[in-house]
Amino acid sequence: MTQCTCCATAGQEELASRLMPMVEKYRGKKGATIPLLAEIQKSFGYLPEDALHFVAKALDMPAAELFGVATFYSMFRLEPEGKYVIRLCRGTACHVQGSALVGAQIQRYLGIPEGKTTEDGMFTLQYVACLGCCSLAPVMMVGDEVHGKLTPESAVTILETYRKKEEGR
Amino acid sequence: MQKTIVKVGMASCGIAAGARPVLEELQTLLKGREDVELREVGCIGLCFHEPLVEIDRQGKRVIYGEVTPEVAKQIVEEDLGKNAPLGKHIIFSTEGDAPENAMLGKQVRVVLRNCGVIDPVKIDEYIEHDGYEGLKKATTSMTREEVIKTVLDSGLRGRGGAGFPTGLKWKFAAASKGDHKYVVCNADEGDPGAFMDRSVLEGDPHSIIEGMAICGYAIGADQGVIYCRAEYPLAIKHLNIALDQARERGFLGKNIMGTDFSFDIYIKEGAGAFVCGEETALMASIEGQRGMPRPRPPFPANSGVFGKPTNINNVETLANIAWIINHGAEAFNKYGIGRSRGTKVFALAGKIVKGGLVEVPMGMPLREVIFDIGGGIPGGKAFKAVQMGGPSGGCLPESLLDTPVDYESINATGAIMGSGGMIVMDETTCIVDVAKFFLNFTQNESCGKCPFCRIGTKRMLETLTRITEGKGKDADLDLLEEICVQIKDGSLCGLGQTAPNPVQTTIKYFRHEYEAHIREQKCPAKACTTLIHYTINEKCIGCTKCAKACPVGAISGELKKAHVINDDVCVRCGQCIAACPVKAISVE
Repeated sequence: MTQCTCCATAGQEELASRLMPMVEKYRGKKGATIPLLAEIQKSFGYLPEDALHFVAKALDMPAAELFGVATFYSMFRLEPEGKYVIRLCRGTACHVQGSALVGAQIQRYLGIPEGKTTEDGMFTLQYVACLGCCSLAPVMMVGDEVHGKLTPESAVTILETYRKKEEGR
Repeated sequence: MQKTIVKVGMASCGIAAGARPVLEELQTLLKGREDVELREVGCIGLCFHEPLVEIDRQGKRVIYGEVTPEVAKQIVEEDLGKNAPLGKHIIFSTEGDAPENAMLGKQVRVVLRNCGVIDPVKIDEYIEHDGYEGLKKATTSMTREEVIKTVLDSGLRGRGGAGFPTGLKWKFAAASKGDHKYVVCNADEGDPGAFMDRSVLEGDPHSIIEGMAICGYAIGADQGVIYCRAEYPLAIKHLNIALDQARERGFLGKNIMGTDFSFDIYIKEGAGAFVCGEETALMASIEGQRGMPRPRPPFPANSGVFGKPTNINNVETLANIAWIINHGAEAFNKYGIGRSRGTKVFALAGKIVKGGLVEVPMGMPLREVIFDIGGGIPGGKAFKAVQMGGPSGGCLPESLLDTPVDYESINATGAIMGSGGMIVMDETTCIVDVAKFFLNFTQNESCGKCPFCRIGTKRMLETLTRITEGKGKDADLDLLEEICVQIKDGSLCGLGQTAPNPVQTTIKYFRHEYEAHIREQKCPAKACTTLIHYTINEKCIGCTKCAKACPVGAISGELKKAHVINDDVCVRCGQCIAACPVKAISVE
């Protein structure tokens, strides 16, 4: 018996075992693209290109449709992210209270521009629209924790505590 | 004996300010106290005093602000132990003077009626506060037409921004023929600076479910969808719990209240796209596609989600519904002026003393909202502008502060009511920079369908950037005004049609600031970094603190001797100013 060529590599087999349950869960359901992508991202931490091609094939839909949705919404990432994602709020209230200066200082401290991940894989810096904590402006989230009333200096101090916590392990 | 209720504000804002350790401390200290009930509640709106703890003795209420675990311990020992309220930390009291009595006293709470009062994940507390009475009244004693008429008569208009009469929208959806109909709750609160929907979803999720079910009954729908942005995880958690409870009690599902009306709701999480607040883009997103708007007609009432008749209302609109059915159209209609009836929730933020959520009758002058309720500008600075309506709105100057907040009056100024974000700016905020900030936002969020919006916002952003860098030309203002008109005319949806508003209003009311940037290469607010220079004056004592604080090593000098800033290296981050003990750094 000849083996299916699409699963010829070990990587493809692993992809299949992780992705097929999700594919089956959403097969034939209306409006499933966004929850399906969200589930893939939850499992892999991001949307690997291979995974999207695999799913498109399995669901018999153009890969462009999946990539189209994945690149439209800001929540989806096509690259892996760091252990801690820093979400710096760039909403109006935060802007008026000086979040641009906070962002510039974080970029200097981490040595990365917005949207990128540090070389050690510790931090990813993202600018987000509004976290809805306007009275604590300027605000950032590190992982799931919210830090408010930031100054450029205090933002760096906070990030240092995360770094120390990791080094202490 | 009735229990004393201790409420801790556990909305996102409370948690961010440190409410969790306070709650844990109270849980430990109050263990075994039969006479006290500890309750986790939503946001009462006094965000600037978070974390908050309220003691409620049969309606006699005291609210403590800026509570730490230590203060919580004192509250338990003194207030709950010896019935002796702490002098310090009291911000509101029904029993005597307190700093925020006036702020809360001026408000009328319809939308926020339960926020900060009930535990949002306990359906019995919602029911105790007239919960699901509106649904019961509608389904068992009113016809569909009577429900729609009541909403029409109340004068309620869409609180998401456009202000379309809600009853009329329902009437269209009810008249539309179809085997299935949808009720969609737009909970994609994307306006930066507005957070009232988050507060209601987190603090009173059942009011949204009830509002949707009443709408479902009125228009003949069987399916509800709540489209909620994924950035609000606590809201989604509370909604899911509330939906399960409502199903368990028969407020959702088959044959609600023993009638032939059946209705259920599911949640659809957004994935981060501002344009999805636009109703046709939102429907595309529910269907799993890129959230891009399409032309109307067909209107959602005729062909909406999956081609079925659909009624879409925003969170704040739906939160009014049960109250209106319960109390009648007149009770709602008595608040407000002109064609704007009822109350409106505003999110006060920016350069304001009392940032938070306030709900006031429509028609209150802006000045009263910002100064009497919001406490004005902190630090003795001068008021410059209030920004209303987010990226679709505009900046209003001091001279327009007596404008009443109603749809027509606000529209007449060039701003819009929008979802109710009010960002206050003082003299240190550069108005051109604010316009640039909003254009950067709309340029990023434009879905790209209409060329005028896609390319026009990009060109405007480039022009504004040029002006803030001192490279602007006199002709740039004419250019901006021309592009504004073209984008408005050439865009399909509300995002494009309103994207120029921040630029148009700032040119209209603050033209002199633009001109200062262009003609004198000066930023009057001293905020645009390429137009300002930091220098160290003769007050310098040579303490070296500024040199240590500088992140780019631009400051040099020996100990106890005057320091110097290298202007070419300086990034104008302001950290030296914060570090200097003698105010020796000036900005020109």
